[in-house]
Amino acid sequence: MRKIHLQPCGNFRERYDQELTVFSTDFGRLWAGIGLLILFTLIPLLTSPYMMYIFNMIGIAAIAAIGLNILIGFTGQISLGHGAFFGVGAYAGAIFATVLHLPMFLSVPAAGLVTAGVGMIFGIPSGRLKGLYLTIATLAGQFIIEYLLIHWETLTQGTMGITLPPVRLMGLPVTGDTGFFYIIFIALSGAVWIAINLMRTRCGRAFIAIRDNDRAAEGMGIPIFPYKLLSFGISSFYAGFAGALWAFYMGSITAEPFNLGLSIEYIAMVIIGGMGSISGSIFGAVFITLLNESLRFMTEMLMNTGMVTQSGLNVAPLREFVFGLAIVLFILLEPRGLAEVWRITRSSFRLWPFSY
Amino acid sequence: MDFFLQLLVGGLSVGFLYGLSAMGFVMIFKSSSILNFAHGELLAIGAYFFLALATWAKLPIPFAFLLALGGCFVLGLLVERIFLRPLIGEPLIFVIMLTVGLAAMFKGLILLIWGGNLYTYPEFLPKILEIRWGLIRIPPVYGAALIIGALFLLLFGLFFKFSSQGIYMRSVADNQRAALSLGVNVKRVFALSWAIAALVAGMSGIVLGIINGVNVHNLSAIGLKVFPVVILGGLDSIGGAIIGGIIIGLLETFTGGYISPSLRDVVPYIVLVLILLIKPYGLFGLKEIERV
Repeated sequence: MRKIHLQPCGNFRERYDQELTVFSTDFGRLWAGIGLLILFTLIPLLTSPYMMYIFNMIGIAAIAAIGLNILIGFTGQISLGHGAFFGVGAYAGAIFATVLHLPMFLSVPAAGLVTAGVGMIFGIPSGRLKGLYLTIATLAGQFIIEYLLIHWETLTQGTMGITLPPVRLMGLPVTGDTGFFYIIFIALSGAVWIAINLMRTRCGRAFIAIRDNDRAAEGMGIPIFPYKLLSFGISSFYAGFAGALWAFYMGSITAEPFNLGLSIEYIAMVIIGGMGSISGSIFGAVFITLLNESLRFMTEMLMNTGMVTQSGLNVAPLREFVFGLAIVLFILLEPRGLAEVWRITRSSFRLWPFSY
Repeated sequence: MDFFLQLLVGGLSVGFLYGLSAMGFVMIFKSSSILNFAHGELLAIGAYFFLALATWAKLPIPFAFLLALGGCFVLGLLVERIFLRPLIGEPLIFVIMLTVGLAAMFKGLILLIWGGNLYTYPEFLPKILEIRWGLIRIPPVYGAALIIGALFLLLFGLFFKFSSQGIYMRSVADNQRAALSLGVNVKRVFALSWAIAALVAGMSGIVLGIINGVNVHNLSAIGLKVFPVVILGGLDSIGGAIIGGIIIGLLETFTGGYISPSLRDVVPYIVLVLILLIKPYGLFGLKEIERV
């Protein structure tokens, strides 16, 4: 039997692959297992349909945010087009399902692949540009894709939108929020697993090297442009996958939600969660989704209770204000995001009573 | 032919306004290399300051104009001091996202106070500024915009060329660390550049408000149109911003007139991608872009 790994009282690592382990102790492994078990057995039993809806929204947002974090947090390329890629995925999934009549378990990954292709096309400028200029190029990509989604009517049916067929998986109909909960969270677990392990491979190390110093990376023999394109591709695959799941979950789609605001929301998730941290993306998705929902709830409540009947309309912009404020405060006060807050909390418990 | 002339004049005037709105953006980029995503909201704030002073406080127009610009100047100083100074030396994405956050905050605040309605200013421009030439009639506000724009352009040209503060700004833009070690007060340069940029943005916002009416959504959309304009003109060239603005304006109106109205809004961004791929430093920008 293998020796059980417990928390050592210092740093006794001798080889690099010990640094690269996902779980440094066996307790981590155990807790991850327990967490997954609770997620898949208890939560669907306990919660109301509205809560399930919020969980599903968080799951979808988390998949897309992990993708964006691979691009921004690990490769250092800022993209303002992630919302559009999400939309491409949603439309691709819808078109595969309605025109080609592919089942869901094929059309969602296929949508991811299509989006990866589109993302790589819009990643081509990264071969010549970096920093600000690349950001602006992806901003242009956002607007161009948005335009195509609305005006390429033979493919996307324009402002009419597309209605998707009801979902069947392995011959069984998937209905309601709970059915989708399993699909979305199994996909999310897979996405997390792949992303974490990707960063331990040659390819992930290359991404991090490019982020830290692209010239040094080039000097060490990493072909920069192919890796940047690959990063764009992987990130867009995640976005497209999440988008297609979203399309199936919603049942019908139009081009409206995939605007610059959505891209900014994803960047906010990555920053608030913590750049360069997979768990951070999930924290960010939880935070932004809950913020959105609670602000919407507050706005509705204020309008219904009649406290502000005549100025009821004026409360809605509060959502935008608070959203902006959250981004600004996180950047100024905790630029490493919620992942860092979590790490500090954990280590202060671990080091108690000598925490600092 | 008439249609062509109409489009030409329309494009020139729209383009000139784009150029005017882009000037403040270039100011900020020139001194601190910050892409300001809150630029459209700065335009809107200027326009709403003027609206409040001119129609609600009923101040005399020239006084209200100067006071609104003063307000923008102070706002610029405050924004720099509170939000951007802590980020000096931080990675690019934080600075970009901070301006994105600021944009959402400003927009929410404006909507909270004024709502999303369209407001108009009272008529106050003299009729002498109106230009009539055959069938083409250019309303007085464009004349005024032209004069104000030319004046500001001249002032900034002189400011950057001859005044010590302007030269400090250029030095900081060129190399922050070298400027710092030569005794330039970088903090003051940043503060001043944000203040001046907010002032210019406020001025452009007022001009846009006179022409199109005051509305947050329209003005913040123009704030995004600034990107193709400045990339075409060169990110750090104020004259380039005007010329880039005019080219983009012409391109937009001609596409809208001859090809398809729906393509109108996306054509600047298609051009933007092409320029970035072919000539990333724009027409008049400094060729310092780093290739990787």
